[in-house]
Amino acid sequence: MKAWFRTGTPWIWLNAGAIALSLVMVLGVLGLITVQGASHFWPADLQQVKLTKADGSTQMILAELVRTEEVSATVLKDSGIKLETQAEFYQRHLLKMGNRDLYGRDFSWFLQPQLSDWSQPENAIVIERREWGNFYGFPLRLLQEGQVVAEGDKLLTELQQRIARANEIYQQIALIEKGDIGRINKKLEALRLTERKLQLAQADAATLQAHKAEALTEKAALDAEYAALQQQLEQLYAATKRDVLLVQSAEGKELEISLGNIVHAHFPNAMSTTDKLQHYVAAIWNFLSDEPREANTEGGIFPAIFGTVTMVILMSIIVTPFGVLAAIYLREYAKDGPLLRVIRISVYNLAGVPSIVYGVFGLGFFVYIMGGSIDALFYPESLPSPTFGTPGLFWASLTLALLTLPVVIVSTEEGLSRIPSTIRMGSLALGATKSETLWKVVVPLATPAMMTGLILAIARAAGEVAPLMLVGVVKLAPTLPVDGNFPFVHLDQKIMHLGFHVYDVGFQSPNVEASRPLLYATALVLVILIMVLNLAAIQLRNRLREKYRSESD
Amino acid sequence: MQPNQASSAGTQTELQSLLPSGERRARLRRWRSLKDQMSRYGIAFAGISVVLAFTTIFVYLFSEVGPIFSSASTEQQQTYQSPEQNAIFANLERYGEVGLVANKAGELQFFNAQTGEPGQKLQLALPEGASITSFSRGEPRSGIIAFGLSNGQVLVAKHEYNLSYPNDKRQIVPVVTYPLGETPLQLDAKQQAILSLAVQEGPSGTAITAFTADGRLSYNLFEAKTEFLTGETTLERSEYQLPDAPKTVLKMLVDTTLQNLFVADTQGNIHYYDIRDPASARYVEAISAVKAGQQLTALEFLVGSVSLIAGGSDGSLSQWFLVRDEHNNFHLKHIRDFEQHPAAIVQIEPEYSRKGFMAIDAKGYLGIHYGTSARTLMLEPLGEQLQPARIAISPINQSFLAFDKNGTVQHFALDNAHPEVSWKAMWNEVWYEGRAEKDYIWQASSGSDEFEAKMSLVPLASGTLKAAFFAMLFATPLALMGALYTAYFMAPALRGKVKPTIEVMEALPTVILGFLAGLWLAPFIESYLSAVFSILLLLPLMMIATAYLWRYAPEKLRFALGHGWEVVVLIPVIMLLIYLCVQVSPVIDHMFFAGNLRQWLTDNGITYDQRNALVVGIAMGFAVIPNIFSIAEDAIYNVPKHLTQGSLALGATPWQTMMNVVLPTASPGVFAAVMVGFGRAVGETMIVLMATGNSPIVNFNLFEGMRTLSANIAVELPETAVGSTHFRVLFLAALVLLVFTFIFNTVAELIRQRLRQRFSNL
Repeated sequence: MKAWFRTGTPWIWLNAGAIALSLVMVLGVLGLITVQGASHFWPADLQQVKLTKADGSTQMILAELVRTEEVSATVLKDSGIKLETQAEFYQRHLLKMGNRDLYGRDFSWFLQPQLSDWSQPENAIVIERREWGNFYGFPLRLLQEGQVVAEGDKLLTELQQRIARANEIYQQIALIEKGDIGRINKKLEALRLTERKLQLAQADAATLQAHKAEALTEKAALDAEYAALQQQLEQLYAATKRDVLLVQSAEGKELEISLGNIVHAHFPNAMSTTDKLQHYVAAIWNFLSDEPREANTEGGIFPAIFGTVTMVILMSIIVTPFGVLAAIYLREYAKDGPLLRVIRISVYNLAGVPSIVYGVFGLGFFVYIMGGSIDALFYPESLPSPTFGTPGLFWASLTLALLTLPVVIVSTEEGLSRIPSTIRMGSLALGATKSETLWKVVVPLATPAMMTGLILAIARAAGEVAPLMLVGVVKLAPTLPVDGNFPFVHLDQKIMHLGFHVYDVGFQSPNVEASRPLLYATALVLVILIMVLNLAAIQLRNRLREKYRSESD
Repeated sequence: MQPNQASSAGTQTELQSLLPSGERRARLRRWRSLKDQMSRYGIAFAGISVVLAFTTIFVYLFSEVGPIFSSASTEQQQTYQSPEQNAIFANLERYGEVGLVANKAGELQFFNAQTGEPGQKLQLALPEGASITSFSRGEPRSGIIAFGLSNGQVLVAKHEYNLSYPNDKRQIVPVVTYPLGETPLQLDAKQQAILSLAVQEGPSGTAITAFTADGRLSYNLFEAKTEFLTGETTLERSEYQLPDAPKTVLKMLVDTTLQNLFVADTQGNIHYYDIRDPASARYVEAISAVKAGQQLTALEFLVGSVSLIAGGSDGSLSQWFLVRDEHNNFHLKHIRDFEQHPAAIVQIEPEYSRKGFMAIDAKGYLGIHYGTSARTLMLEPLGEQLQPARIAISPINQSFLAFDKNGTVQHFALDNAHPEVSWKAMWNEVWYEGRAEKDYIWQASSGSDEFEAKMSLVPLASGTLKAAFFAMLFATPLALMGALYTAYFMAPALRGKVKPTIEVMEALPTVILGFLAGLWLAPFIESYLSAVFSILLLLPLMMIATAYLWRYAPEKLRFALGHGWEVVVLIPVIMLLIYLCVQVSPVIDHMFFAGNLRQWLTDNGITYDQRNALVVGIAMGFAVIPNIFSIAEDAIYNVPKHLTQGSLALGATPWQTMMNVVLPTASPGVFAAVMVGFGRAVGETMIVLMATGNSPIVNFNLFEGMRTLSANIAVELPETAVGSTHFRVLFLAALVLLVFTFIFNTVAELIRQRLRQRFSNL
């Protein structure tokens, strides 16, 4: 034994254990996010159970079983639960009961002994609503303006058709509210701003009067248009209220749900595996393409994905030329010496500076100083409400560009340094100028390195949240930063961001339990995005290394 | 290339010369050289502008932080004849436009503070034959003042400045009201002259304390009661005689809670009366506020009426407030001294919204001091021939009036933007108002003007170090041992897979790690706390045990895996152990810790927060592992092979070679790796923001949370006023982070470069 220890083998194993543990943790984290994030969309069966309360009365519950855990009796006693049996450990179940409008909260823990008679009734329905979260219960009748149109077997098909109709109307409403009315509001605001601009420029009374008259007619036209739209909206809203579904909750309470309030309905217990799979795919698609509802705790994350992507694209447009050119300058043009060494080390180190520092700089310098000056120069008419003097898309992109600049520079420089000097000399010997050698020989060869740098920069930018909290993300942006109104890309707008969405919903939301599955799903989307980018960068780098290793030999 | 293209075009027309004409060649050359130049300057421009952009970060952060350490300055603006030669009270309005003086004849004179032109003048309704014998001013913000008369009467007035903006222009209209009626109140039934007076508005009404010529001290509370039915307002008065009146009175002050009365006598003592229950008011103590042989010459509350500033005949200035002792009794305690003036203090003028004050002395020196930070921002003669007798500061601290002895008034502009912090106050214990002792506290903002901003960076810095320390404690052994193994012992095929996996870990957004730490790991650890410790304890033992047992594994299996594949054997073992520990955890709790380790800890006096340093340590450690791993692995892997081969050839075991040859050679690189990891742990924001309770406390308890510099910036910066002291202190925090990580990374980088050179020489 002693001799065995002296060989060092156990220590080698201990070291192996360290790396094994690290691997277990990495895979564990990835696995946890994947399992939790991907499983949410699977339509879980609805369980009907009988709950026996402390006073002996019973109540029927229809709920999804979220998870089950073992707890010791002491823990339960400490949290003030009276126990009747004398077991040391209890199983307890977390049930999602939905029906927030009836019960006040949609999640509850129950002890195993309290629950009995588990069953999965075929006609149990899950209704995803626009307000109050999910409804779990049993459908009774479908009513159109108070008249029964379907019940029993015919209910299912009729219901789905009518939900589809209501959703279609809803889309029209959204189109009008976001599109047309948004456009009218923008025009009205533009009119106001032009007038203010003329006032500020101290235009003479005649011009001002002329503009006022013009603005008045224009405003009247817009108002008329608005009134017409408003009327159309009212009609549409009335149309969504045409159909009503009469449902019954598990304990027997009857409830009317307007079809206008229903996003989606399904009967999980009656679904076959193929049906469920179909539902699963559709649910994932909805999650990715829908807007959030209910203070971000339900619905989709499309604006967050869109915001993240827009910001990252804008950042790439800024960071690529500067990063690449700076690297070329440092490697090819700058005079070698102690100063260059200092600059190079500094640039490399900036990659390790905490991201929040960039956020602070972005807020102070970009937003307040640069943005404030831009406002004073170009948008004096809308002051005191700031245009660029407030956090927004452009400043977020610029801050992240600064943050990722070192990444691009380091990567590009590495690529440039790997190009054998023989290639360079060959080009110069053939009479090419330095810039010709650079742009036609060296840079094309180093493109993969630049790409690697850019991809790493994008991956870092996509996952960075701390600086963005200061320079431009919000929990809920009413409109996307890109739309059909001039100038199409709204650089001054605030955006939603996947990473910030995770932070905000997880730590600022009132109903964490309800939003937890969505959080995991959002995290999964972000992780997949970043993993794909990183793996691509690693692949590219490896291929590049192989390529030059063979060429330089 | 262009010349070739040109020449191929040339061959089609004529065959004599393959080259284009000389003129064209020259043009081409010029064009090419121009392009070369353009490219050179373009690239240089981009490169230099990037370097400049990075420099701007430093320059800008320094420029934002700088002002908090600068001192105050004044600038004389206008001089004019004073509208009142014998002022007993002077006041300046917020924007420095309107001033007010009161004299002994009971005249209130408003005047234009820019020109001295007299404005509205009011004569108080003094009864025939009575003269003003004393004056008192309540909390400056309330504008309440009182005049004591020779016949034992008192008149209370309140001055305000009404602001309106007709035609977008500021208009200030001074208004005087009489909260206790326009006619004087008979305060003293014996009609003795009131020698000293203290007025204050409090939650229960207006309190007037009076010291009469025959040496009595009385406390009067006036409550305005509105009749429920008629809506008529009546004044209800209650009078109390206070015990143990001092012989002489210099100044009396009642705080705004109407619970404490301070009386300064001319001998230099402050007498403290507890008047929480006026009917049984109590004389608590007398304290000498100046050095022996000196007298008190001025006493004033700071805003909020908690702190007293005492000025002595020797020019000394000191701060005092009530401190609760262990028996829950309050005593007046000396808190701090300010820079001494060269002569007796004439007047102390407190600021309206901060804990600062101005003081003038008999030699004409003006001092600008600040309570919390104990700073003296200025102590200079006000002007060459100036002998100020009275000063009045504007409520926003931007200007003040100095009333000279020769009857002129000087209007000064004042620049004193950031007196609240000093380097010393940020890093040392400070005695804050209402606290029992000196402490490190971070509590930078509140809604109230009376709030004393507590900006000690110690809780944040120690929180940062605490988080980083526990993260490093978790990450360093794992990362370094892992790097050692991966670089030297692991089979190359496996290394090709493992290294990218760990590097992918580096790219994992920290917001996701923070989210998992806060919402998954923290509750998990809370319920399986004993499992966490048993895993930490058993894992190494289990690994060695596996190594031992592996010797007895079937030979076939051992050869199939061979050396360098130990990881594959260990992964299932580790997973199994973790699973078992979690399963057994309730049983362990039940057997040893009365069923619940968390409760057991609390019962034994250890505070347990759900989001604590343990959670942060694991989560942030997880984030730091790849940084350390990647650099350390590089350093170890790049140790020249001939060194290890030499060692092995001489008969050393692989482990001996590792410990005695490879590790010493690579140790600078390993050190650099740890430094880089530490730098990252210090600056990490999202994980600590989400996985701790963010409470700024100073402790090193594993089970309590902390607030770090970076998380503090993220939480508070969006909500501070731009340019305020708080804003700049947050910038300072950012600057500290920047400089700290920059230095760490630079040193690490230099070490690595040195190492690379050494390897290439070996």
